[in-house]
Amino acid sequence: MRRFLWLVLALACTVTFFGPAVAQAQEEEGAGEAVRGSIVQRPEEGEPEPVEGVEIRISTAAGEEIGVATSDAEGNYLLELPGPGDYVAELNQESLPEGVGLTNPDRATLEFTVASGQQRPLLFPLGEGAARGGRRLGAFLSLLVSGITFGFIIAMAAVGLSLIFGTTGLVNFAHGDLVTFGALVAWWINVRGGIHLVPATILAVIVGIVGGLALNAGLWRPLRHRGTGLIAQLVISIGLGLALRYIYLIVFGGRTAPYAQYAVQRGLELGLVRVAPKDLVTIALSIVVLVGVALVLQKTKIGKAMRAVSDNADLAASSGINVERVIQFVWGFGAGLAALGGVLFGLNQQVHWEMGSLLLLLMFAGVTLGGLGTAYGALVGSLVIGIFVQTSTMIIPPEMKEVGGLLVLILVLLVRPQGILGRAERVG
Amino acid sequence: MNWEGILGAAARAAVGRDAVVFCLAAIGLNMHFGYTGLLNFGQAGFMAIGAYGLAVAVNTIGLPMWIGLIVGLAAAVVLALLLGVPTLRLRADYLAIVTIAAAEILRLTFRSVALRDVTGGSSGLTQFARDFYTINPYSSGTYGLWLVRVDERVAWVLTVGWGLVILLSLMMYLLMHSPWGRVIKSIREDEDAARSLGKNVYFYKMQSLILGGVIGAIAGFITSISSQSVQPDTYSTPVTFFAYVILILGGTARIFGPIAGAMIFWALLSLTNSVLRAAVAPDGPLPGLLSGTQIGQVRFVLVGVSLMLLMIFRPQGIFGDRKELALDER
Repeated sequence: MRRFLWLVLALACTVTFFGPAVAQAQEEEGAGEAVRGSIVQRPEEGEPEPVEGVEIRISTAAGEEIGVATSDAEGNYLLELPGPGDYVAELNQESLPEGVGLTNPDRATLEFTVASGQQRPLLFPLGEGAARGGRRLGAFLSLLVSGITFGFIIAMAAVGLSLIFGTTGLVNFAHGDLVTFGALVAWWINVRGGIHLVPATILAVIVGIVGGLALNAGLWRPLRHRGTGLIAQLVISIGLGLALRYIYLIVFGGRTAPYAQYAVQRGLELGLVRVAPKDLVTIALSIVVLVGVALVLQKTKIGKAMRAVSDNADLAASSGINVERVIQFVWGFGAGLAALGGVLFGLNQQVHWEMGSLLLLLMFAGVTLGGLGTAYGALVGSLVIGIFVQTSTMIIPPEMKEVGGLLVLILVLLVRPQGILGRAERVG
Repeated sequence: MNWEGILGAAARAAVGRDAVVFCLAAIGLNMHFGYTGLLNFGQAGFMAIGAYGLAVAVNTIGLPMWIGLIVGLAAAVVLALLLGVPTLRLRADYLAIVTIAAAEILRLTFRSVALRDVTGGSSGLTQFARDFYTINPYSSGTYGLWLVRVDERVAWVLTVGWGLVILLSLMMYLLMHSPWGRVIKSIREDEDAARSLGKNVYFYKMQSLILGGVIGAIAGFITSISSQSVQPDTYSTPVTFFAYVILILGGTARIFGPIAGAMIFWALLSLTNSVLRAAVAPDGPLPGLLSGTQIGQVRFVLVGVSLMLLMIFRPQGIFGDRKELALDER
């Protein structure tokens, strides 16, 4: 049993690390539950203006109507709720004055969860209605930029997923939760600890590496030594992912939270597109890190050993490579990259307990597209998926964008199961 | 601690709606994973398509309920065909990725604003199963034994649900002791051997996928009929993992595996839930450590950890046979 001690220790560390959140969540309890917010129009130029008389219909998740809140002269509204639970708010777009529309018309309906005693704020961003036809090129270019950002984030996480598969044969369904782990650790150090995001990120990556090493040493290596089959390991990784995800939910709560720095940034005008500086930093940092990864794989001894094990573990072992050491390195490497990817993802879209597992399927799509088991394939495939997912929102509704990415995954398996860069081999 | 209350809750959970639904879902998975060795991680998708097939046919199109049930079953067959064509020739891990992705595609599509008029978006559809309750033979009142007492509506749902469980288990028994079942099991043991004996492995796998998927859709019917509502997030991926834990706990490739697994699983979850609630109550040993919502979330952690521990230490579950596990192939 001693070999599982590592894992227990790692889990215990996670729990103590996040411990303070539990206390925090309880401080907020007390008064009755309600939903509130303010309806304010923010034109691209000029001062924000409150909008009066906008109707917001609140119903339970099951569809039972609770009431209609109407915004007052300051644009504020408040509606008391019968208790904690899941609710749906719908903004009546016909009650908006002429020339005012939702920035994103598809977000007229919001689902939200109210905790015990919480006064839940809701946000309906208003602007001058939907984008007009003349701006389509600009809109496409900014989607392209956000797609590249998203693609690099997926790539960062997916390289580890692919390398772990290549060296051990494990399809790690818990990899998305390593991404969340990095984002949450950085959030804790940054927001709770009050340390600037840059050192917090470095610390989070280190914690992520330690976590990856501990997982390998405490769980996966003993399982490999026991001769546990790969399918059994796959199922185990699903169980691990589920457990980790809900531990995050218990300690972090169901909210989405930004980092203390760089949460809101004024976009830089670059020709037709407006880009947030943090997206540019994300892209630049990703390029630097991924070029670094490529150099490690290409030039260093351990990198060559990693590729050798990935190609054929038995041959690598017989030519004197310590396979277990390489795998240990791959786990640290992959988990560190996943943690960094998580921080960048959190910077891009805020931190959420499920963020990584939502990314996981897109990571699989990228990795499969590029060729399962190849590091470079994972990179190329993820970029393609990221760009495809983001730019597809020009045509399909934004909440369907992941569906497009997953359909690509299925199509790739139909047409070219080995992926773009994978070798043609039997995969079935 | 109020032991009678706790045991009563556990007993109710062991025969309750969730146990029936997950038992049916696990019977379908048993067909896929237990007998054929197909790693279907999209059972939630089959449940969703059954439930939505029924609800959309009745509510949106306005068909009678019995046609709605046929629509749900047909939709599950179509989904199985769509999934099977690209993936059944692939390795097991690819099948796992694709099925999980397909279930997510379905959930995201059902909840999309674009399909709001058809599927009701994120709030779903309600009140489509009135016909089911109008043929309820139980007159109003409470039914049951000792600690388990339910009203006439729940009694009717449970009767039909457990009736289906018995019927489908019987069907599985007959199927698995037929020549067809032997081919299916031989595919799990050694696909190439089955192929070299002239069996069309792909064809048999497809039949298994369809059959198990249809049983999954029936599980979706019971879920949606019992609450008279469908909501997309009822069918998220953890549902499939619950069904896997139940199947593995009871024992894969066993007729009684899903039944025993479902009853034990839900009774245990109810027990841990009650014990945790008592522990964090103001007069308990750990007052205020977790809130009520958090206790509900602990359930998922327990399911995840039990899936890991079962797979590591006892992959054959309580009644299974280790030799009958399709876990070593890649």
